[in-house]
Amino acid sequence: MKHKTFFWFFLPTASAMLLFIALPIFSIVIQSLFTPHDAVIIVTENCDPFGCKQETTIDQDATRDLRKSEPLGKFVGLEIYKDRGHLAVNEIKEIWVESNNFAEFKNNIGNLPFYRAMAFTLTFTFTVTPLMLVFGFIIALAVNSLHQNLKGLTIFFSLLPMIVSPLIGSLVLFWMIDSRGIIGEALQYVFEDPDLSLKASTGLTWVMLIVYGVWHAAPFSFVVFYAGLQTLPMDTIESAKIDGASRLQQVWYVVIPHLMPLITFVALMQLMDNFRVFEPIVGFSAEAHAQSLSWFIFNDLGGETRLLSSAATSSVLTIIGVSILLFPVLIRTWRDFNEKSAK
Amino acid sequence: MIKNIMRLAVASAIAVFAAPIYADGHGCKISARVSIVGNEFPAIHAVADGAKVCKGSEVKANLTADHQKINVAGMSGNPAEYTSAIIANSSIVALMNNDVIRPLDDLVSKHGKGLKKNQLITINGKVMAVAFMANAQHLVYRSDILEKAGISAPKTYEEMLSGAKIIKDKGLMDYPLGGAYKAGWNLAQEFTNMYIGHGGEFFKPGSAEVSINNAKGVATLEMLKALSAYMNPDFLTHDSNATSAEWKAGNVAMMNMWGSRMGPLMDPEQSTPTVVKTTTLGDPMTVGGGSTPATTLWWDGWTVAKNISDAEAEATFIAMMNGINPKRLDDKMMPLAVWLIEGFKPGPANVGVAAAARMNAIPYPMLPYQGLLHSALGSEIVDFMQGKEDAATTLADVEAAYTAAAKEKGFLN
Repeated sequence: MKHKTFFWFFLPTASAMLLFIALPIFSIVIQSLFTPHDAVIIVTENCDPFGCKQETTIDQDATRDLRKSEPLGKFVGLEIYKDRGHLAVNEIKEIWVESNNFAEFKNNIGNLPFYRAMAFTLTFTFTVTPLMLVFGFIIALAVNSLHQNLKGLTIFFSLLPMIVSPLIGSLVLFWMIDSRGIIGEALQYVFEDPDLSLKASTGLTWVMLIVYGVWHAAPFSFVVFYAGLQTLPMDTIESAKIDGASRLQQVWYVVIPHLMPLITFVALMQLMDNFRVFEPIVGFSAEAHAQSLSWFIFNDLGGETRLLSSAATSSVLTIIGVSILLFPVLIRTWRDFNEKSAK
Repeated sequence: MIKNIMRLAVASAIAVFAAPIYADGHGCKISARVSIVGNEFPAIHAVADGAKVCKGSEVKANLTADHQKINVAGMSGNPAEYTSAIIANSSIVALMNNDVIRPLDDLVSKHGKGLKKNQLITINGKVMAVAFMANAQHLVYRSDILEKAGISAPKTYEEMLSGAKIIKDKGLMDYPLGGAYKAGWNLAQEFTNMYIGHGGEFFKPGSAEVSINNAKGVATLEMLKALSAYMNPDFLTHDSNATSAEWKAGNVAMMNMWGSRMGPLMDPEQSTPTVVKTTTLGDPMTVGGGSTPATTLWWDGWTVAKNISDAEAEATFIAMMNGINPKRLDDKMMPLAVWLIEGFKPGPANVGVAAAARMNAIPYPMLPYQGLLHSALGSEIVDFMQGKEDAATTLADVEAAYTAAAKEKGFLN
């Protein structure tokens, strides 16, 4: 393609990316470097139905001019990144000095919100992604070998978990696994433990979220792999059969290599999606046991006093986290691409 | 011909349906848009419905439990999306901090006829909100279960604990206690109640520096945990709605619950007959030998946005005034809350809140940084409730989380 043609062809995409991706990222980076101005606090007499009393409030008039002259707020550099709610640099130093052994160090780190969220997020990402790939692949193979008349209906039902919006899906499951819900009661019966509660234990909550994550995401990999299976080269399969390859060998040596680019694609998307796990945490009211960076952003923006700089910082950290996760996959894709173009 | 008949039918249908609404409007007329955002419970619905009766322009209401997540954002733009936010003494602080609500003095003198002086929320000499109801958490218990267990209604949290043990030991109920202990806002509210009951101070006098890591803080946490041992194991996911549902299902014998939730608990259409018959309201309880009840007094009221035209502000004020019009206090609306409105007669569902006021309960602090402490409490004391760490560590964590947030907001250097 000529450079000029390429330029005009790419221009709409480029400008959309600039407007909707680059600019917002630039904006949150800036916002994460500033905090609100120091509040001017005054004591005033306030009255309510229960009487009057002296209370502290913010002097709006005093800060208005300051806000107008420096609308971004106070420049603090990387302070917010280093505070306890985020990377907690000083706290980690202290913990390092105070801890006697590695177990204690690990335990104390787990007490810091960012690292606790990371522990859950990474566990979630690295269990859900492979599991959903495997399940999606198995479902795709199974549906592909069904009789033609059954395929449409099966595909429809297999896709349902993805069609249900995540918040609704998790709420439905939330009530089913309640200790008075159908699944919750069934589990109590099976394990003969009337006090068993999936929502009360951190470990079981994580399992529940992971199961939900796989349930919700498997249809996505299924539908991609199923589409890939339709392009399977029949002659290769046939020659494999003639060579005496078993069904398992056919899958391993022919089908999987053929689907490899799709597997990379789905893995890429899912790593990204799972890293910013959010809806299930809200839907399952699981914030007591599992948090993620996205949930922090939601929480910062939702409190009675909003923490905007903190939310911006968590957003930047999410982007950095996603980039780190995707790095190996991107490198691989880049290498494959170069190899192909070299041929 | 048919067309005409259809037209006539539609017209008469409109007339039939519109007439009672119009009659209910008491001639409330507005000339600009009104858009309300607020919390979601029956009393607030009643007020918003009263505002919606007004004719002449559109009145919209967005009532949701997530109102605090959207009200500041929805009032920060110019013009603001919401012309009025229904708030309480905790949530007015965020609106004040962000400077998005206007003083109402001139509107009160123009249209505020019939408002009582104690309804006017005055901050630094300016009326910033109009309160219409009072609220507080207090004891509610099942008289039949307590009778079977042979105990009287608890006056203190210590008695509640021993009572719960008897109920459980006698096999009357597996989880005799209830409570809105959901991680986050609700749990932090229970801490606040209990800490006030122990006579604790949240901040060093005259500063934004937090001071809860003390013996009273530890005693507060220990009590919360002791109570939770008698609750449904899922208690960290139960907010007021879920706890009310447990109550209505007859699974709970005693709980500390919002006065504004009592109506539905005693409503035969919403709850089981035995529960309705035996649901009894008690006074707020004290704790640790203190005399201050372990609860907080609340008011709910409405504000008017700053970034809207004066015409919209006036229309909003008129519509909201109609929402709290004394003429609307009928049999349906009366039991929903402890109304501060003229003509309110307390009913059986209101005695708990009245008792809280009589016992000199402390109003929830209206401090600019209280919300930050509330958030820090809500996320950090969860570890203690799950038995993952001891009380002192948890309180240190709360202080650290609060300090980081307060530094960011410029309350601490």
